[in-house]
Amino acid sequence: MTTAKVSAPARPIARRRPFNWRRAGAWVLVALAVAVSVLPFYWILRTALSTNGSLAGNATNLLPADFNLGAFKRVFGLQSPEEAVAEGGSGAQIDFWSYLRNSVLFASITTTGAVFFSAMAAYAFARLRWRGRNLVFSLFLATMMVPPIFTALPNFLLIKNLGLLNTMAGLVLPYIFMTPFAIFFLRQFFLNMSREVEEAAMLDGAKHLRIFFQIILPNAAAPIATLALLTFIGQWNEYFWPLLVGQDESVRVLTVGLGVFKSQSPQGAPDWSGLMAATLVSALPVLILFAAFGKKIVNSIGFSGIK
Amino acid sequence: MTTLTRNASPAEHKEQPALRRRGRSDLKIALFFIAPAMIGFIVFYLMPTLRGIYLSFTEYNILGDPTWIGTANYEAIAKDPLFWNALAVTSQYVLINIVLQTALALGLALLMHRVAKSTLIRGALLLPYLMANVIAALLWFWLLDYQIGIVNYFIEAIGLPKVAFFGSAEWAIPTQALINTWRHMGYTALLLFAGLQSIPHHVYEVANLDGASPWQTFRKITMPLLRPVLVLVLIVTVIGSFQVFDTVAVTTLGGPVNASRVLQFYIYQKAFTESDFGYGSALAVILFVILALVAFIQMKFLKGNESDLD
Repeated sequence: MTTAKVSAPARPIARRRPFNWRRAGAWVLVALAVAVSVLPFYWILRTALSTNGSLAGNATNLLPADFNLGAFKRVFGLQSPEEAVAEGGSGAQIDFWSYLRNSVLFASITTTGAVFFSAMAAYAFARLRWRGRNLVFSLFLATMMVPPIFTALPNFLLIKNLGLLNTMAGLVLPYIFMTPFAIFFLRQFFLNMSREVEEAAMLDGAKHLRIFFQIILPNAAAPIATLALLTFIGQWNEYFWPLLVGQDESVRVLTVGLGVFKSQSPQGAPDWSGLMAATLVSALPVLILFAAFGKKIVNSIGFSGIK
Repeated sequence: MTTLTRNASPAEHKEQPALRRRGRSDLKIALFFIAPAMIGFIVFYLMPTLRGIYLSFTEYNILGDPTWIGTANYEAIAKDPLFWNALAVTSQYVLINIVLQTALALGLALLMHRVAKSTLIRGALLLPYLMANVIAALLWFWLLDYQIGIVNYFIEAIGLPKVAFFGSAEWAIPTQALINTWRHMGYTALLLFAGLQSIPHHVYEVANLDGASPWQTFRKITMPLLRPVLVLVLIVTVIGSFQVFDTVAVTTLGGPVNASRVLQFYIYQKAFTESDFGYGSALAVILFVILALVAFIQMKFLKGNESDLD
């Protein structure tokens, strides 16, 4: 395999040479990988701004074919069914504003709850001494091994028996109390924090609650922010659970909405521009988060595997 | 989910003297701190795990009460051609992902290690991973469309026959694996890249002084030192791939015929389309066991690799 040769560790000599074919080749390959990763996003935008009728005739045109905002109107339910059908849509009722709102609610509530409660638990595992601590911690860790679908079936029954199908409460409940990963991640961080300030506070008679809120949380603000960011993105992308308990229009999140939109799209001649507009709307919040906090996210890889 | 943390802190074993002198247990306050997480653990992890195992021995269509039928579900599964098909199809998916994704990511990580370490490039490579599976699926459903997708346009342009990526039995699973590879390649590369960064530079210098060729350096130094990370990445890939669902659910729905009816989609159909919760639960137990086996192998592998860097 040639890549192995090309990619052997850089030698100091290489830097002094004015032009190095190997380095140039390596750059080309990296650029190719970047292009494959990023260009499809442009293609989403380009398709979303085109009309369905003109897509077939302009397969490779880099600019939108017949520039038009109709697809976005369709996705936000601003077109009449007749208009939508005329532009290649299904004419079925679809409202991505409401899905967007549900996704924001679902991801924010679960992230806030999971991160806060996980931080509390992590504090108990990292700083308090009690019998059975290590056993309980291993049990929590073991749940990371349980595949989500395995617990999803009984959890669906539980939510159904509680009468919470198609409610926001039913959607968020399984996620809101903790995630094993968050506990693990924060415990690790708390363990590596210096205890000096806490001990001083403790000698002054500070209680654990105060130490947690006034010393631990502020000092761990950075990793907690990273964790919240990763959790939020993970929740934003969640599909299986919302598909099971949140089919109803009133609590439908974006991923489920996309699936429904796709399945309603006319067979044979799908509403491509509408689908891509919907895809873009669903991707946009994460893209914005990434633009704002990209460095944080990128640097967290290598420390952890997010789902 | 697995983590790459290596700095398991020794701090947890050595209690601070000031705290030890008090010699009391913090059980009460600990119960307070751990209560919410404990509720979540018991109600949404522990109980459903036990209940899932129980349901797998019952016949249950959601409406009535579960009826205990012993191992009948498992016996039926053993004779169920659709199950074996799902297992075969899922294994094919996992295999393509392991080979393709890991090879591409390793190559990319080595390239980045050599020429491109900028955050911007790493960010660009990570972008697909941050997108929902559903988004990746729809995007590629469009790019790979048989009629007017751009990929088929290029395939035709170079004189090859068009490919029915989603519509043909032989391409259904490779296409799903390609979508997954697109989404995970950069992320996996970044994990491996982080592993490469942790290899001390002087090791390479010594190899260089000894006149090792780049290929020798790669085989004798990079690979062995990268192995723990590589094994972890492989296991994460396998465990994740076995649970493929989203992309199948929005594109092929298991088809054409059974070509992409992967395990988790089959479980979903049994439990929710056919309301056969007992059977679905038994299938889920089997998936669970498969993943546990993979995790067990992971433990063994990682133990054997612990000393590589020392």
